[in-house]
Parts: sequence; C-alpha cells; structure tokens
Amino acid sequence: MDQLVSQLLLGLVSGALLVLLALGLNLIFGLLEFINFSHGALYMVGAYVASYLAAATGSIWLALLVVPIVMLLVGAGLERTIIRPMYGRDQVDALLLTFGLTYVLIEGIRMIAGSGGRRVRAPELLDFQVPLGIGRPIPAYLLFVVLVVALVVGGLWLFLQRTDVGLVVRAGIRDHVMIRALGVRFDRYRTLVFAIGVAVAGIAGVLTGPITGVYPEMGADILILAFVVVVVGGMGSFWGAVAAGLLIGVLVSLTTLYASVYAGIVPFVLMILVMTFRPRGLLGAT
Amino acid sequence: MSEPILLAEGLDRSFGGIHAVNDVSLEIPEGSLHAIIGPNGSGKTTLFNLITGHTRPSAGRVRFAGQDITGMPYSKVARKGLAKSYQITTVFPLLTVFENVRIAAQAAEHSYVFWRPADRIKSVVRHTEQVLERIGLAHERDTIASNLSHGDQRRLDLAIALATSPRLLLLDEPTAGMSPTETAATVKLVEELNADVTILMIEHKMDVILSIADRITVLHQGEKLFEGAPAEVKSHPRVQEVYLTGSL
Repeated sequence: MDQLVSQLLLGLVSGALLVLLALGLNLIFGLLEFINFSHGALYMVGAYVASYLAAATGSIWLALLVVPIVMLLVGAGLERTIIRPMYGRDQVDALLLTFGLTYVLIEGIRMIAGSGGRRVRAPELLDFQVPLGIGRPIPAYLLFVVLVVALVVGGLWLFLQRTDVGLVVRAGIRDHVMIRALGVRFDRYRTLVFAIGVAVAGIAGVLTGPITGVYPEMGADILILAFVVVVVGGMGSFWGAVAAGLLIGVLVSLTTLYASVYAGIVPFVLMILVMTFRPRGLLGAT
Repeated sequence: MSEPILLAEGLDRSFGGIHAVNDVSLEIPEGSLHAIIGPNGSGKTTLFNLITGHTRPSAGRVRFAGQDITGMPYSKVARKGLAKSYQITTVFPLLTVFENVRIAAQAAEHSYVFWRPADRIKSVVRHTEQVLERIGLAHERDTIASNLSHGDQRRLDLAIALATSPRLLLLDEPTAGMSPTETAATVKLVEELNADVTILMIEHKMDVILSIADRITVLHQGEKLFEGAPAEVKSHPRVQEVYLTGSL
C-alpha cells in the first residue's frame, strides 16, 4: 500500500513534466500548424543551461528565473529564422528541419558538456522529506515540481483566456485565415506562441535536472511521450493535454511497480486504443 | 475634386482560361453606397476578392485611399482600412459575441504592441461595446456565437467588419438567407452605417439595392454590363433581360 501511494505520486510528478512539454507542442501545433520535433532537444538545452547556472550559483533558483527568459529568446530567434520559411510547405519539411535541429543541438551539447551527463542538486531549502500521513514520506522537491507545473499551467490558461493576446491565439487556432483578414499581425503571434512553447519546455528542463540529472538524449525519450500525450488528450485541447499527461505518468509508474517489463509499451497501447476508438482524443473537439 | 476612396482599373482574372472577371473598372467616391449586382457566376465575389487582395488580379490595378494596393497581402489591406464581411455565417463559432468583435477591435489598433498599458485595453473594450450597441447585439454579448440565430450571426459578421474601423466596408450579400423582417432591419442598419463609412456591397435582392444604393454596377459573365443610378438600372432593357431571365 505504501509503495502504491509513493509510486502514484512519482507518476504524477513525471506526468506533470510531460504536461509542460505536451502543452507547448499542442499550442505550437494548434496555432502554427507546425510539428516541432525539436521540442525535446530544446527542453534538454534548457536543462543544461540550468545545470550550469545551478553549478555556478549553488542552486536552481536563479535558473528557474533565467532559463524561461533565455528559452523565450531562443524560441523567438528560431521562429524568426529557420521555422518561418517552413510555413505553408509540406509537413515533411517541418519534420526534417526540426529533426535536423534536434541532432545539431544534441551533438552541440555533447561537444560542450561531453556525453556523460551532469548531476544537478535539488535546492537545499527543499532537501527534506514531507510525511503525507499515508505511504512513505515524499521528497519536498517533488511536491515543489508539482506546484511549479500547476502554476505554469494555470498561468498559461489565464493567459489564453483572459488576455487580448490569448484571445487572438485561441481564435487563430480555429481559423488563422480569418484572423489575418481582420488585419491582425499574425506573424507576431506565431513568434510569441513558438517562444512561449519553448520557454515552457525550458521550465520542464530546469525542474527535471534534480530528479534525473541532465544528459544529451533526455529530450528524445520524453518527446515521444509528449506526442503520445497530445494525441491521447486530443490535438489542440488544453485540458486534454493536462489530463492525458497525468494519466500517462501515473499509468507508466504503476505498471513499473506491478509489471515493469510492460511499462514502456503502456503509453503506446493507450494511444493505439484512443486512435482506434476515439480518434479526436479524450477531450479533443470534434 | 478629391480622388475616390476606391479606384479599380481594368481588373481581370481568369481561372483556367475562363474569365471570371473581365476588364472591370470601378470608382467609389468617399461616403457613397455602391452596389454590385448580377446573376450567380457573374464574378461578383471574385471582384471582391481582387479588391481585398484575397485573389491576385491577372491584370489591372486597385487604388485605395490614394495608394496602390494591387497584389498587397489581404492582411495588410485590412490594416489600411478596407474591411470585408463574409458570406460564411459565423466567424469564430466557439467564442462569445463580445470576443468575436473584440478581436477585430484589437486588430484595428494600428500601433499594436503585445504588452500594452491597461488603458489601451480599456479603449478596445469600449470600442467593442460601442460597436455591439450600434449593431444591436449588446444584449447578446456573452452568447457563444454559434448559438445565435441566423440573422444575428449575419449581424455579428457585420459588427466584426465594423470593429476594424474601416474606411471602406465591403459587404457580400448581407441579407442572404434572412427573413423579410430581418432583411428590412439589416437594410436599415446598412443605411445608418453609410453615414460614417463608404460601403460597397454585393446583393442579390433587387428591391434591397434599388432602395438604398447611390450607384449600381451590373455584372454579367464577368463583365460590366451597365452602371448607373438605381432608376437607370431599373429601366435599362439589357439589365432587365439579364436579371429577370437569370444568367441566360
């Protein structure tokens, strides 16, 4: 029983990190109609930047502040230079481009930081166990991760629902031709949304460091799962991505506990089931 | 004499060898209400698209407010103050009436920046409310657009176009599919709007046009058949023949 509760919580934490990646992918796909295959590599870059900042300052606090800003700029820069020419072209072009970018980033990090990966310490302030009354105590850092993810998700939701920029983004996801016909400077919104997606991936990278360490291929594994989350939750569905991310995190975690050999295939079996019986995803629009 | 707000010269567009629009010129003076009529397939909508930049003309030029806008992307044309209402019923079906109009009001803020002070946002909200009031949709402001009645959806469409604060408003069959009562209300609204903005409209219903237009252009098979005041159009034998017997 104790183990079950612990495993459930671990699943929620890994699911929460998945949610951050899936939301960025989903927003970018929704507004830009662009499949960003390099999303995982950008998450990895954010994690590495955080690992160096943490080594220099002794904790990840500064990284939590700086990395989103750095990644916002990186995202905006990428969109304005190499992503933009892909609009209106075949999706295969976008895939090839971002696939290439992924390997440039991975090899680039290998050249700078080596292939071995780096350890990142959780902040001292959070270096204690929280007793939950049920199950084993849980490291405070993991609760902190869930809290940060909840704040980012809530912030994104408010941004989309309450701001005038968010209004245009929501409308643009439905019909960007119409948005442009009204004279909206749609190119700026594309840059912004791409940058926000990358920044959110960067935050996920910062948070992951103290849990698993950082390594060049860390983005590849989570990216595939993030795509699964988007499909299972429903393309373009905000809460679908949140629900599916948590669900897949928990499912994988529990399968690891009871039948660990199957843990790797559970998300994909779920995706196949969803695509067969509910192609629009759990919460996707028709 | 000042230059007309819209000047189209020798507009031409062919699709696969067929002339959808063939050498059509238009001159719309500021403040006027100009109508384009013609049977189905006579090139009215294509002509609109050539003016707004949705379709590139094969030949000819378009000048708007003293500036050549031929071949300019439609997004930029819209920012110059040329708005078009669409024949499609609802623009953003899942957003509320208020949000639909607000997007257009935001787009009209020409020096738009992302992080602007709150009072500028307030001005957008105020402008949106004024437009809704004017169009008569204020009581539906929080209704999801797809739940509006057909007539109200068409009016929302008009409100969106109006919210961009255009200098020229292009209306594509604003009364299509409306009941006689709704049609009468819309005609009245269009007339009222014309007090502030120049209007160029496509219309199918002859009686609607004859009662409100200053000038009418009759298109037939992509060509300009006749242009004149409503009374002249009404009595012109070729127009009657084409219009009353359909596209034959």
